[in-house]
Amino acid sequence: MTPLIEVEHLTMRFGGLTAVDDVSFTAFPGQITAIIGPNGAGKTTVFNCITGFYRPTEGRLTLRGGDREYLLERMVGFRIAARARVARTFQNIRLFAGMTVLENLLVAQHNALMRASGYTLLGVLGIGAYGRAERGAVERARAWLERVKLIGQADRPAGELPYGSQRRLEIARAMCTGPALLCLDEPAAGLNPPESAELNELLISIRDQDRVGILLIEHDMSVVMSISDRVVVLDYGRKIADGTPAEVRANPAVIRAYLGDEEAPEAAHG
Amino acid sequence: MSLAISGSSTGVLDWPAAFKDALVTALVAGALGLFIVGFRTADFGKGLGFEYQFVDLAIACGVIFAGRFALSCARGGTSVVTLLLGAGLLAIALLAPLPSAFLRTVSGLAGVALLVAGTWTSVRGTSAGGGRIAALSAASDVLGTRVFPWFGAALLGVAVVLPFMPFADQKVMDLGILILTYVMLGWGLNIVVGLAGLLDLGYVAFYAVGAYAYAMLSTQHGWSFWMCLPVAGMLAATFGVVLGFPVLRLRGDYLAIVTLGFGEIIRIVLLNWTDFTQGPAGIGGIPSATLFGRVFAENAPAGGQTFHEWMEIPFSANHRLIFLYFVVLALALLTNFVTHRLRRLPVGRAWEALREDEVACQALGINPTNTKLTAFAIGAMFAGFAGTFFAAKQRFVSPESFVFIESAIILAIVVLGGMGSQVGVVLASIILIGLPEWFRDLGLYRMLVFGVAMVLIMVFKPRGLISRREPTIRLETGGGP
Repeated sequence: MTPLIEVEHLTMRFGGLTAVDDVSFTAFPGQITAIIGPNGAGKTTVFNCITGFYRPTEGRLTLRGGDREYLLERMVGFRIAARARVARTFQNIRLFAGMTVLENLLVAQHNALMRASGYTLLGVLGIGAYGRAERGAVERARAWLERVKLIGQADRPAGELPYGSQRRLEIARAMCTGPALLCLDEPAAGLNPPESAELNELLISIRDQDRVGILLIEHDMSVVMSISDRVVVLDYGRKIADGTPAEVRANPAVIRAYLGDEEAPEAAHG
Repeated sequence: MSLAISGSSTGVLDWPAAFKDALVTALVAGALGLFIVGFRTADFGKGLGFEYQFVDLAIACGVIFAGRFALSCARGGTSVVTLLLGAGLLAIALLAPLPSAFLRTVSGLAGVALLVAGTWTSVRGTSAGGGRIAALSAASDVLGTRVFPWFGAALLGVAVVLPFMPFADQKVMDLGILILTYVMLGWGLNIVVGLAGLLDLGYVAFYAVGAYAYAMLSTQHGWSFWMCLPVAGMLAATFGVVLGFPVLRLRGDYLAIVTLGFGEIIRIVLLNWTDFTQGPAGIGGIPSATLFGRVFAENAPAGGQTFHEWMEIPFSANHRLIFLYFVVLALALLTNFVTHRLRRLPVGRAWEALREDEVACQALGINPTNTKLTAFAIGAMFAGFAGTFFAAKQRFVSPESFVFIESAIILAIVVLGGMGSQVGVVLASIILIGLPEWFRDLGLYRMLVFGVAMVLIMVFKPRGLISRREPTIRLETGGGP
């Protein structure tokens, strides 16, 4: 199987601090790849490099979408989302709080709608196929609202939704961009056990029905171990393990990173 | 001085305390006003002397006493007294022979305020507890969905029939044109500030570009108003893009400072590039707008025809003003229509999304550069149209007309109206532009009233007169509302 994204020798330095140090891994389409590690291990930095918010100091990020290859480290942030079709969510939710739930999902389909509206010119004059394109976009949004169980809230401002619903809406918004790779930064943070179980089902359905590759940063081990196909473990910016959940769970280096070393307790952190 | 207020917050009015509180307030006001209002230096011919205005002071103290007492009553739940006192003050303002216009205004405003406070208290008092809040929010929803569209239509109706009213003399038409010009500028700036969230303090620069474009093209090359209008709009939009490029990376305060600087640069260039713009002398003799080539003048120029000859009606100087009024009304409505359209297009939603969260926009593949530049360009284009109209109306332009305070007033209109609200801009223009003109009788107190009005709006409606945001699309209907 050809990998969806290949991360090779990724290094990110901020001044004297090396946040990510020579990390390489691959993720495959239709699989959930979890990135775990203690706080400050560099997980979100890896995400920010992949989604173009940081320009990596070293390394190569190759994304294969369709029959094309994109070198993500050379692309401007918004083009990674627009062309290479990488979507993401944020650790601290970033919805358009004042806009309604439905509008959030339409903004996610901006580029397709922009083309349909003749880059605004035809749209202002009311000619062209914009009306039809917008109806299609609304239908797509409606389908996603049903999947994340927010269909009854469509016309409420997104900022008024409860926390768990905002998390689900952010995933729906990312999926409305029609991504090849979905990067989720701690989607289960702050969810209660039933909500967390619902999230698992949603992610599995995205993987199996939509055949989208998922990169997942998560602290909640019940989520990680039950739904991931592969797990990459980072510690102090380095990769210390990579494999199936069972392999990673048995890996002594991982246990040391999470629980600390008995001989050297000062190395423990969390 | 808040004895009665704090004492009566439980809803039972403590009459002696309220009385005492009102008395103390009136005495303090009297002491403060003794030297400000009570004495006045006047020229008696043989030198300066004092004029005494103790009657004015006493009346003002009386108004203050009544007002304070009525407010205490409202707090205490006895809104009948508040309403009676409010009506009384209003009646005094309208009917009694008060010694000055200022007192008349103060007592009138106090009366209106008391009537509002009394009505508010009695409305709030009718339902209790949680039901009260639900009723209020339901009422505001009904107000929002039912009344607002009608309100906008009613305003438009008033605007259309205004020139044909018997009281529509030259003064009224001038004021109408002025307000509509600011409505148009407010709507244009609303795209940049209200929708895209880019704080622009130099908006008047684009207004100046439009005005000078028409002034120079018409006086030097003989272009007509209608030919110049699109050209000036394009030119202003180009300037918008030119300003937009360097400031794309800036946000908030930094953006505001750079745009402020840009506005000043344009004005100073106009002032100093004497060969090109005639500097501080300005450009005069600008032709006015024409209707199908017919000029609005008493005598036709060589080879031309005047409007009144064409229509075969007697000449009236008002025709030109009425025509200009409808031109600016049409331009303002065009601005409104286009903004309305744009909000429902992807670019409009992207503007609002950019205002809410730029990082999230990038993650969704929205090009922030292009989106911001379109906002700057379209906002500037409407300022250019308004500038062209301004030059055609005044028939004279000079850098004096494009000072920073103009930008500040336009921004104040947008902020007071409620960011992004189209009807709010109209209301704010009427209040900020119309009221100072109507209150001209107040003389120096005029700007005081202006300031008080702004403070009051910001205290009671901190998010602007109309802070409700209408969604651009709803799921139930499947289309725009």
